Amino acid sequence: MGGHLNINHLMFLGQGALWTIGLSAIALIGGGIVGFVIALARISPLKSVRIASALYVQLIQGTPLLVILFLGYFGLAAIGLQVSPLAAAGASLTLYVAAYLGEIWRGCIQSVPKPQWEAAEGLALSRTQRMMKVILPQAIRIATPPTVGFMVQIIKNTSLASVVGFVELMRSGQIVNNSLFEPFAIYAIIAVTYFAMCYPLSLFSQRLERRMGRGRSNLAPA
Amino acid sequence: MADPTWRQPDMQQNAPSSEPIVSLRNVQKSFGPLRVLDGVSFAVERGEVLALIGRSGSGKSTALRCIDRFEKVDAGEIVVCGHRVDRPDVNLRALRQDVGIVFQSYNLFPHLTIEQNITLAPCAVKGLSGSQAKDLAQKVLAQVGLEEKLHAYPEQLSGGQQQRAAIARSLAMQPKVMLFDEVTSALDPELTGEVLKVIEQLAADGMTMVMVTHEMGFAKGIADRIVFMHRGKVHETGAASILTSPTTPELTQFVGTGNLKS
Repeated sequence: MGGHLNINHLMFLGQGALWTIGLSAIALIGGGIVGFVIALARISPLKSVRIASALYVQLIQGTPLLVILFLGYFGLAAIGLQVSPLAAAGASLTLYVAAYLGEIWRGCIQSVPKPQWEAAEGLALSRTQRMMKVILPQAIRIATPPTVGFMVQIIKNTSLASVVGFVELMRSGQIVNNSLFEPFAIYAIIAVTYFAMCYPLSLFSQRLERRMGRGRSNLAPA
Repeated sequence: MADPTWRQPDMQQNAPSSEPIVSLRNVQKSFGPLRVLDGVSFAVERGEVLALIGRSGSGKSTALRCIDRFEKVDAGEIVVCGHRVDRPDVNLRALRQDVGIVFQSYNLFPHLTIEQNITLAPCAVKGLSGSQAKDLAQKVLAQVGLEEKLHAYPEQLSGGQQQRAAIARSLAMQPKVMLFDEVTSALDPELTGEVLKVIEQLAADGMTMVMVTHEMGFAKGIADRIVFMHRGKVHETGAASILTSPTTPELTQFVGTGNLKS
């Protein structure tokens, strides 16, 4: 129809791929910051804070990301809050990632053996000192493999942002296909590009997990 | 059985030095329907070494953990270095600066070197400078005979060495009383000796100590007083000599079942 796949199309796809990476970074950084707060809130000594954060996690985990994206873009627009596709996608992904990372990290913090908390308490460290100097350094070791693994999910899930008109890799592929109508070739390129982004991370995550498995017995004495 | 040396503890926050450093009076504690401590009373004077002995489940470890408030009591009174530990408003950080505790499983922080394990709390809690803390670390490690392990990580040490490092870590906070919760139970028999020797030296230096132990020979040699617990109660108490001439049938049976080896 509209000619053949040329360098301009590939450049356009490349630009989309960069936005996919950019949106993933926004989701990871924003979601990481909010998720860290969620993780701490989930184990707060205050019951109300624990309940509120647990509700947040349940609410987000029980809602499809697509619905959150629609709410953020079309929903807010309908009540008079016009947001750009980038802002809507960035905010929606941040909320989504925060719920999952918060829950992953809560588990990692709590999997630091209880005697470690007690030893820190017995040394008169404050709650903040216990967390920062004893628990978190150990929790981060435990959290690294599942966090890197989850980053793969984030990258793939950014493709959903195409539905609110954000031109990332998936959307740029659709646009190119609309002019060329070569779906097999184009979507194959898209698939390979996603794979090229995700596979190194998957490998890295597996490597980290294997290394963790070796180090686990050393993590804390019986 | 009531402790004959029991005295009314001082109610004021700043107890004069003649008062016991640790005193429990009629302490009750239940885990669900299980009554673990059923009216436990005993006191520890300054410089005294008290050994808590008894079968598994007799409540001795729980009693020890109540002293440092790792367990909250249901009723009764606990005074430790002037802190009313039974009260909900007790200042936990102040209490734990006065009380050192050493656990069965050492619980050294695996991500820190031995030196960092030791200097962490003195720097964070007492505000020592880095160089002051390092001097302190060398001093307490010399006390437990581990000077050369300053920069090792816990996983590079044997169990006995880890436990001695844990004792050094506690000592660095200069506690007024030390609690030992079955500190040799996780160790191979050939490694218990080096840990017990360190505790003996502490006793000789006049440290006030409460220890839960299964090492009857050790208890007999080091303890000024023995508290034998049975079914959540202080069943028999007295000088170390009660181990060789017990008056209750339960203690007779306990020391008679091969527990007493010296």
